[in-house]
Amino acid sequence: MLDTIGLSTLEELYAHLPEDVRFHGALNIPSGKSEYEIIDYFRVRGHENANSHANFLGAGVYHHYRPVLVDTVVSRAEFLTSYTPYQAEISQGTLTAIFEFQTMICQLTGMDVANASMYDGSTAVPEAAMMAMRITGREGIAVARTVHPEYREVLGTYTRHQGVPVTEFEYDPESGQLDLESMEQVLNENTAAVIIQSPNFFGVIEDAKRIAEMAHAKGALLVLVFTEAVSLGLLEPPRDADIVAGELQSFAIAPSYGGPFAGIIACKEKYVRQLPGRLVGETKDASGNRAFCLTLATREQHIRREKATSNICTNQALIALMATVFMALYGKQGLRELAEQNLAKAHYLGERLWRRFKGPYFNEFVAATGVQSPDEINHRLLGFQIVGGLRLDRFYPELGNSVLLCCTEMASRADMDAVAEAFGA
Amino acid sequence: MDPEDLRYTKEHEWVRVEGDTGTIGITFHAQKELGDIVYVDLPKPGTLLQQHKTIGSVESVKAVSDIYTPVSGEVVEVNGSLAESPEILNTDPYGSGWLVKIRLSEPGEAGKLLTAAEYHAFVGTESS
Amino acid sequence: MITKVRQHPTQNESLLFETSSPGKIGYQLPALDVPPVDPSEVLGAEYVREEIPDFPEVSEVDVIRHFTRLSTWNYAIDLGLYPLGSCTMKYNPRVNEAVARTEGLMWIHPYQPDALSQGAFAILAELERVLAEITGMDAVTLQPAAGAHGELTGILLVRALLEAQGNPRKRVIVPDSAHGTNPASVRMAGYEVVNVASNDRGMLDTEALARMVDDDVAAIMITNPNTLGVFEEHIIEVARILHSKGALVYMDGANLNALAGISRPGDYGVDLMHLNLHKTFSTPHGGGGPGSGPVAVKKPLEPFLPLPRLQHASSGWSWNYDRPHSIGRVRAFYGNFGVLVRALAYIMAHGGNGLRRATLDALLNANYLRKLLETDYEIAYSAPSMHECVFRHAATGAIAKRLIDYGFHPYTVSFPLIVHGAMMIEPTETESKQELDLFVDALISIAQEVKESPELVQTAPHSTRTNKVDEVAAARKPILKWTR
Ligand SMILES: Cc1ncc(COP(=O)(O)O)c(C=O)c1O
Repeated sequence: MLDTIGLSTLEELYAHLPEDVRFHGALNIPSGKSEYEIIDYFRVRGHENANSHANFLGAGVYHHYRPVLVDTVVSRAEFLTSYTPYQAEISQGTLTAIFEFQTMICQLTGMDVANASMYDGSTAVPEAAMMAMRITGREGIAVARTVHPEYREVLGTYTRHQGVPVTEFEYDPESGQLDLESMEQVLNENTAAVIIQSPNFFGVIEDAKRIAEMAHAKGALLVLVFTEAVSLGLLEPPRDADIVAGELQSFAIAPSYGGPFAGIIACKEKYVRQLPGRLVGETKDASGNRAFCLTLATREQHIRREKATSNICTNQALIALMATVFMALYGKQGLRELAEQNLAKAHYLGERLWRRFKGPYFNEFVAATGVQSPDEINHRLLGFQIVGGLRLDRFYPELGNSVLLCCTEMASRADMDAVAEAFGA
Repeated sequence: MDPEDLRYTKEHEWVRVEGDTGTIGITFHAQKELGDIVYVDLPKPGTLLQQHKTIGSVESVKAVSDIYTPVSGEVVEVNGSLAESPEILNTDPYGSGWLVKIRLSEPGEAGKLLTAAEYHAFVGTESS
Repeated sequence: MITKVRQHPTQNESLLFETSSPGKIGYQLPALDVPPVDPSEVLGAEYVREEIPDFPEVSEVDVIRHFTRLSTWNYAIDLGLYPLGSCTMKYNPRVNEAVARTEGLMWIHPYQPDALSQGAFAILAELERVLAEITGMDAVTLQPAAGAHGELTGILLVRALLEAQGNPRKRVIVPDSAHGTNPASVRMAGYEVVNVASNDRGMLDTEALARMVDDDVAAIMITNPNTLGVFEEHIIEVARILHSKGALVYMDGANLNALAGISRPGDYGVDLMHLNLHKTFSTPHGGGGPGSGPVAVKKPLEPFLPLPRLQHASSGWSWNYDRPHSIGRVRAFYGNFGVLVRALAYIMAHGGNGLRRATLDALLNANYLRKLLETDYEIAYSAPSMHECVFRHAATGAIAKRLIDYGFHPYTVSFPLIVHGAMMIEPTETESKQELDLFVDALISIAQEVKESPELVQTAPHSTRTNKVDEVAAARKPILKWTR
C-alpha cells in the first residue's frame, strides 16, 4: 500500500506536519493488553464497588429489572455498529424502531410528538426551557424546588450565560407538593415556562392540571419533567403540559453509575418546529412501500448551524432502543402491573415509617429518621448488604434527618422489613 | 423567464407593485437552487416590514433560506395555500407561489430595485 | 427488469402496534410479596390513568422476531466498510461490550456512598489520565455526553476564564468548514458566531484571521485536522494570533484519529479541546448514540471544569463539590460511565504504541484510497490528506446511493458545506486492503456508470429492501407517530 502511494515508511505519511507539532515521545500508556487481562482488570474494579447489595436509592436512578431480551436486541451488530440513520434505504431497522419509540412515548405522555432522544433527563430540561422561550418570545423561567436538584443545576449552567432569569419557587412543607402561592408570586408577563416534576423529587405527585391552568393564565407554558418513567404506567399522563421532558432510565437502562441514559422531549403538535433533536417520519419509497426517514432536519445544527434549535447531534439512540424493547415486552398490561407493584412495595414500607409529606406518592417517599442520623441508619443497613436512602440535607438543608427512599419491584419484603427495623419502626 | 413587469433583488426576491400594494415572492432561480420546497415560514398579517430585513424563510429537505423583503410596509395578506402545498413555490414562483402582499410605506423603493434584465445579468455573474 | 419480491414476513414486518392483539403479554413479574394496594384509594382516582391507548400487546417471541427482522434492514460496520467521513466508523471490539456489562460496573448507583464506588473512581481517574496524556493537556472532564455537549462545555469554560479576567468578550470565530455543532454550541454559550473563510488550500487564512481578532473575540474553534482531512499547518501561528489578543484556542477533536500518538494539541498552543470517544476510541455508534465528549484543558482552565471533580485522599477517592469557580453541572451525575468504560478498555488493548500504530494505519488507508481514486474523481483540495479525503462530484448524492448496490455504506455526502458536491471518505484503520480495493473498484465502476447509464445511478439503490425514500413527502406532511 505504501508503494502505491509512493512512500517507503509509515512515518512519511505525516512528514508534511510542521516539526513543532509532531510528538516524538512515547505515550505514557502501558503496552497493549490481551482480552483476558482487560476483562480481569474491570472485574476487579467491579469488585471494589458495592456488589449485589439491595438498593433503596432512587432520586433519578432506579433499580428496575432488565429483561434479558433487551441486551439480546441491542447487541445485534446491525443496531450496535451502525451510525445515525442518514441513509434511509439501509437504515430502515433503526428508523422503524425510532418511529415506534416516538409513538410509544406519545401514547405514554399524552403528547402529540416526541423526539428520538436527548442525552438524559437533566439536559432535556434546559432544552425544553429554551424551546419554551422561542415559542413564547419570553425570557424568564420559573422552576419548582421539587424538580431534581441536579437537573436544576444543569438548567442554571445552560441559562446563566445567556442572561436568562431563573426563579425557583417553594414546596408546601405539609404535602411535599409545590406551593401554588409561591408559584403564583414568581410568575409574571416575562415567564416563558413553569417547570415542575411529577412525581417530584420527594416522590410526591403534583396536581399538573391545576398548575397548567395557572401557568396558562399567565401566558406561560408548562414544562413537565419526569425521572421515574414507570410511573407513566399508572399515573394520569401529563396531557395538560405543553412540553414534557423526561428520563427513561427506568425502562431497562442499567444504573451504570449515572449513564448512559436516555432523555426525551415531547410536545404539542403546534410546537414541533421548535423541538430540538432528531425526528423520524413516515413516508414511501419509490415503489410505494411504507418507509421511514429522518425529517424536519432544518431545525438541526447540520443545516441551520447557529440558528438551530439545539447543538445536539449524537443522541442516545441505542439506549432509546433499550427502552423501546422494554416497552414492547411489558406492553399495556405489563407496564401497569409493574407500576402497581412499585406502588404496593413503596406503600408497604412507607406506611411503616414516619413520612415527612402527606401528598400522594408513587415509589419514592421522604422518611424522617427521628433521633438517629441518616448515616447511622445507613451504616447499620450496609451490614445487611443494603444500601439505604439518600440523605436529603445535601440538597435541602431544611430537611435534616430525612432520607429519600425508593422501593421498586426489586425490593424484597425481607429487605424492606430490615429497613423498617433499622429506622426503629 | 423572469417577468419584465417585476422588480428583483440580489437576494432573489421579486416584487410586483399594483397601486399601493406590493406582492412579493422568490425567483425561479431561487426555488431551483433550493430544490423541492417543503415548508414556508411567513409573517402574520399586520406585521410591519422593513426593506431588506428577513421576514421568514423557505425550506427544502436539506437547506433553509431566509426571505428578505424587497420593500417596506405592512403585511395585508399571506398566501395561505403555501402551508398546505409548498410545492407551488417550485411550480409557479411568479404566480400562485407568491408569498405576501404588503401595503407599501415607501412607494419609491421598488423603482430602485433590479429590472428583469439586470437581475438576469446578476444571476449570470453569480453562478459563473 | 426483475421486480423485487417483498412477500416474506422478514421483509414485510409490521409495526408493533399492528401486530398487537388484546391480552398478549411478553413479560413476567414475580408474585407480589406484599399486600396489593388500590391505586385509586392511595393516590386519589384523579391521579390514576385509564389504560394506555394502543400500547403494544405482544409476546416475547413477537418482540425478538420483530427487532431481529428490523435489524436485517440496517447496514452496519460488522457487514463491511462504513466510510462516513468525520464519523470514524471503525470496528467496535466486543471485549468492550463485555466489560461494560460487568455486574459491579453496571449496577452501581451514582448516589451510593463513595466508599462503595472505589472501582468506578479508579476507572474514571485512569481514563482522565490517559486522555490528558494523549492530548498533551493538563486536566480532563469526562462528563459531556457527546461531542456537541463537550463543545458547549468547552465554550462555557472559555467564558468562565475570560469572565474571571474581567471581560467575557462577545464573539467566537468559526471556520466555514466547521461542523454544524460548532456554531450551534457557540450560540448556546451566549456568544456571537463570526465565520472565517478557508483559503484555496483548504486551510485557515492566517492573514484574514489576524485582521478579525480583536479584543471582543473570545476564542477560535478550530477543527484539526479540519473537515477536509487537512492538517492546519499554521496552527502555531493561529494560536499566536489569538493568544496575542488574550483569546483562546478551542480545538474540535472529532478528528483525533489522525493524531493520537503522533501529535498532541496541548503541546502547541491549543488551550482546550473535546474528544469524541465514540469516534477515536471506538465506542459503538449504536444507530446515533450514546457517545461521550470529554473536554481536555490546559492548567488555567482547570478551576472552571464542571462539577463534581475527582479527588483522592488517604481514605480513597471521592467527589469534590467545593469548587467555587466551576461553571457548574453540565448534566446530572458524572458522565456516560458505560461509554467511558468501553473507551478505557479500547485504550488498554492498544497501549501507547498501539494507538500510534492505529493512527498511522488510518492515514495509510485514507491516502491509499485517495491515490487510487484520484484519477476518476476530483480531489477537492490538493493539500495532503490525513485520515480522510474529500472529493467533489456534481452527482455525489446519487453516487452515494449507488454505492449501496455495491454493498457499501455511502461516504458523507454534501459536507463540509464549502465543497460543492462533497464526497467525504474516511476508511479508518480497521479496514483491510482487500476491503479498500473492493470499494475503489466500486467507485471507479460507478464513475463509469455516471457517464454511460446515468439513469441507473440516479434511481439507485436497486438492491435494497427499501428503494429510494421520498424525504420530500416526509417533510411536507410530517407523520411522526403511528395512529390507528
Ligand atoms: C467535526 C465534528 N465535530 C463535532 C461533531 C459532533 O459530535 P457529536 O455528534 O458527538 O455531538 C462531529 C460529529 O458528528 C464532527 O464530525
